[in-house]
Amino acid sequence: MTHGGGGRAMAVLIEDLFHRHLKNTILDQGHDAAVLEMPPGRLVMSTDAHVISPLFFPGGDIGSLSVHGTLNDLAMAGARPVSLTASFILEEGFPLADLERIVISMARAAREAGVPVVSGDTKVVEKGKGDGVFITTTGVGVLPEGVSISPAAAKPGQAVLLSGTIGDHGVAILSKRENLTFETEIQSDSAALHGLVGSMVDAVPGISVLRDPTRGGLATALNEIAHASKVGVMLDEGEIPVRPDVEGVCELLGLDPLYVANEGKLICICEASDADRLLEIMKAHPLGQNAAKIGEIVEDTDCMVVMKTGFGGSRVVDWLSGEQLPRIC
Amino acid sequence: RVQETGPLRSAKSIRIRGLVQGVGFRPFVWQLARGLGLAGHVLNDGEGVLVEASGDERSLDLFLSRLQSDAPLLARIDQIAVSDLAGTPDARDFRILPSEEGKVATGVVPDAATCPACLGDIRNPADRRYRHAFANCTHCGPRLSILRHIPYDRASTAMAAFEMCRACRIEYENPADRRFHAQPIACPQCGPKLWFEDKDGCAVDGDPVVIAAERLGRGAILAIKGLGGFQIAVDAGNQSVIEKLRLRKHRPVKPLALMARDLDQIRDFALADAKEVALLESPAAPIVLLKKAGAPLAPGIAGPFDCLGVMLPNTPLHHLLMAELKGPIVLTSGNLSENPQETQNACARHNLAGIVDGFLMHNRDVVNRLDDSVVRQDRSGVSILRRARGYAPSPIRLPISFEGAPKVLALGGELKATFCLLDGRNAVLSQHIGDLENAPTLADYKKMLRLYLGLYRFEPDIVAVDAHPQYLSTRTGEDFARERGLPLVRVQHHHAHLAACLADQGQDQAMPGTVHAVVLDGLGWGADGTVWGGEILQGSYGGFVRCGHFRQVPLPGGEAANREPWRNLAAQLFTAFGVNYRANLVGTGLETRFAGHQAKLLDQMMQKGVNAPMTSSAGRLFDAVAAALDICPDKQGFEGEAAMRLEVLARASVAGKEGYPVEVTTSETVLLSFDKVWPALLGDLKSGVGHETISARFHQGLIDGLARSLSVAGARPSGKVVLSGGVFQNAFLRDGLTEKLETDGYTVLNHKSVPANDGGLALGQAAIAANLQAPSTFDD
Ligand SMILES: [Fe+3]
Ligand SMILES: [Mg+2]
Ligand SMILES: [Zn+2]
Ligand SMILES: [Zn+2]
Repeated sequence: MTHGGGGRAMAVLIEDLFHRHLKNTILDQGHDAAVLEMPPGRLVMSTDAHVISPLFFPGGDIGSLSVHGTLNDLAMAGARPVSLTASFILEEGFPLADLERIVISMARAAREAGVPVVSGDTKVVEKGKGDGVFITTTGVGVLPEGVSISPAAAKPGQAVLLSGTIGDHGVAILSKRENLTFETEIQSDSAALHGLVGSMVDAVPGISVLRDPTRGGLATALNEIAHASKVGVMLDEGEIPVRPDVEGVCELLGLDPLYVANEGKLICICEASDADRLLEIMKAHPLGQNAAKIGEIVEDTDCMVVMKTGFGGSRVVDWLSGEQLPRIC
Repeated sequence: RVQETGPLRSAKSIRIRGLVQGVGFRPFVWQLARGLGLAGHVLNDGEGVLVEASGDERSLDLFLSRLQSDAPLLARIDQIAVSDLAGTPDARDFRILPSEEGKVATGVVPDAATCPACLGDIRNPADRRYRHAFANCTHCGPRLSILRHIPYDRASTAMAAFEMCRACRIEYENPADRRFHAQPIACPQCGPKLWFEDKDGCAVDGDPVVIAAERLGRGAILAIKGLGGFQIAVDAGNQSVIEKLRLRKHRPVKPLALMARDLDQIRDFALADAKEVALLESPAAPIVLLKKAGAPLAPGIAGPFDCLGVMLPNTPLHHLLMAELKGPIVLTSGNLSENPQETQNACARHNLAGIVDGFLMHNRDVVNRLDDSVVRQDRSGVSILRRARGYAPSPIRLPISFEGAPKVLALGGELKATFCLLDGRNAVLSQHIGDLENAPTLADYKKMLRLYLGLYRFEPDIVAVDAHPQYLSTRTGEDFARERGLPLVRVQHHHAHLAACLADQGQDQAMPGTVHAVVLDGLGWGADGTVWGGEILQGSYGGFVRCGHFRQVPLPGGEAANREPWRNLAAQLFTAFGVNYRANLVGTGLETRFAGHQAKLLDQMMQKGVNAPMTSSAGRLFDAVAAALDICPDKQGFEGEAAMRLEVLARASVAGKEGYPVEVTTSETVLLSFDKVWPALLGDLKSGVGHETISARFHQGLIDGLARSLSVAGARPSGKVVLSGGVFQNAFLRDGLTEKLETDGYTVLNHKSVPANDGGLALGQAAIAANLQAPSTFDD
């Protein structure tokens, strides 16, 4: 693959590739801008740039991840996604076969999510000025009536729910990137959560907070919520679902699953009286089978996240700036 | 009438600075002055005690010398300044004047063990305080532990709930009584009440002390409300109840402290020389680590360790209880796993219900938690391992160069956290608070911080924190500085250790570059973004250079390596022999440990740098050697277990072992390498050399290597060398290195009243920040 004017033929080839795999009526119109019919409701919009190493990992790749990431950002506002756009920055020399794999995966993710990619763009940069491929996706969606979800809306007494096991994505990425051999292969949990969110919001429109614990993991997401809402969070370590193999690998690697990234999980904060009903709905959905109530919102002017551990201890689950650093002297 | 040719009369103004308030100093002055026929007055003010006295010169001279020599037990005089008064005060008698409201910077003295006079009272059937569990006077009793806020008077303490009876009030108001202005004064009539309740909270009739003693004798586990919080007691002669206690408390291996009735009882099972006796009997009444000797107690108390932590009774309650018992008791902190010890009745009932069979309770609140202090008498001086009850908040006196320095609040470390308030030549170091990652401990730390800031009306000019961005103490300091718009200073961890030792020793070292330091530690955030811990520094309060360090090795798994010694052994072997280190293990007994899948993954982590930051840690080197000797290789039962057990082995070896060859090389900095130590150590393992000898050879090699590296780093033999960092809690190392360096001609500065571990960090941070030329403002 070459860049710039000399790569005219290549650009045509790429365009063709996209059209072939992402095919839909709006994209097929061939305009630079997509014209959309919008259903009634408030408009929600989000954009995310995806940079990941490795590009392919167990359970996904940058293509599916870039679809899931933006769909989840929309879903965490309570929105139903309507459409996506995608823009690619390719490094000169990037194998066309890999690109096709990524586009096919992206197309499948969009198709499974039921959300079309309606506009796209591609640029090729000189070798050494990129890292294979970067993908930016933008999504629009609509917010149903009566839904008002915000990270600042958590209130003392509310329940904290988690849709499933934590740490899978981060461990999958790390093992692939560093070529670490585990006894069993761990898959990323990368998934689009708007379907799950849709059924939750339908049943309980008054959900206060939805959040996907991506980079920085559950701990970071909860700390952000605690600070935005000016509350504390009290977690129960025994209730937080972690796959045994992920836990084992984390133990050996010295990683705390609370800080490891996820791409297909959500935190839901709701009235305590709604918790059981929501849990039931979550567990009935394929992406929420391991859902659990992991704690509650408490009053705390210091906005701390604290976790009850075995034997009656309780541990401060702090913000993490940068990587996990060894602390003990 | 014959003209009197009496002695010359004159008048003096006498200013006394130091710990002179709340310790019975004014009545002491009053009695002394009256006894010598002096006239004048004494009062407390913002600077300490002020005396104006007139009389004949001989009496005044006597007065001045006895002020020093006969001062009350708990007083500490830092300075007496005497000036002549122009006229003679027209007073004919000597009086105590009231303090000027709002001007008294009282501070507060540490809690003190029951004094001999009060002990006499509670043992005297004719005294009205016979068997009273709360007797105290100006020379003893609770202080910091019961204080809610300033000023230090009864209304500000947990004693506010108890109205003084007439008899107590008369004593309280009589300057001739040793209870004059003793704020916690109490008697059976008006004081706190003691009772015994079983674990369902039902009070049991009868003498509570007798019941408690009887139940302990029958193998019960009891909670006892002590001075600084709840303690848990069991019969020290009963192995099965000790095992039960360990199980219930989830404390499998960490040694348990003991309380004995008196020295005679201690001498049944431990050695105590004159210096150790002085520590045991001091007003602080700390836990003193003593060598086991004589009739062995239950093995569950201190398992593989050669020392026992022993204390004498420190309150009337403890005295009364021990008098009823035949032998010593295990007396450990009343807490659940990592939580701080309980202080409140209701919480204790709830949280300790699963551990204890009954409670010896009372209704005087423990306002401020104070753990028992732990000290040890080494050949190289006293080592304080935990500084809390009996020591805090006694100020540490700094050298003269600190006069006029900016006021600093230093937030300390993450584990064994303390904070420090530095004001001129006084540095108030908080009591040991604990590990901040534990949420109730962090809450306590913040509460103590507010209390101390209020007590000392302290408005810092600078805030100092550790350079580690993720310490919760650092976060606390950042918030504090941001809220108040104060400059924030980030102090490198091992520089703080160096400065803490200098300050502990009262060293005036304004000029950087005058002192070398060996700082051996677990892990601290380095100035270069790597993890430090085995450091040769040169510097002072004003700054430092890193002139040498241990060769870096990976720390596979980060914090996990702090808990699991085998990881550090892998890291050392990987560094010494390369990735195929397994070939060198044949015949050592270590082959199987590194044969499994886990060890292979650890290799990959080290090769690829996956969560395996490079570190020069000394603590992790000790862990590695311990793991090689099969000392808790999989997991330490408590922080420091591996190194402590390694030290016990070294002590048990016959003296005069040849050290392993620690290499000292120099390029940009001096490097201590252990690459030749490991082949020698593995060789010893293969030929079946005893573990005691191996440990001793390791220690000796390290001592020799450190001595050589100091000389290579340019330390002049006539110069001073600081020894600091948590690894110097190892007495074998501290004494051995001290003696080696002194033989080489150095003056060695060891910690004495502040821990060498992170408990002393805040003092060092404060001393460094106070010496900064122009601290930058907080820019966040
Ligand atoms: Fe340290
Ligand atoms: Mg986004
Ligand atoms: Zn007394
Ligand atoms: Zn009374």
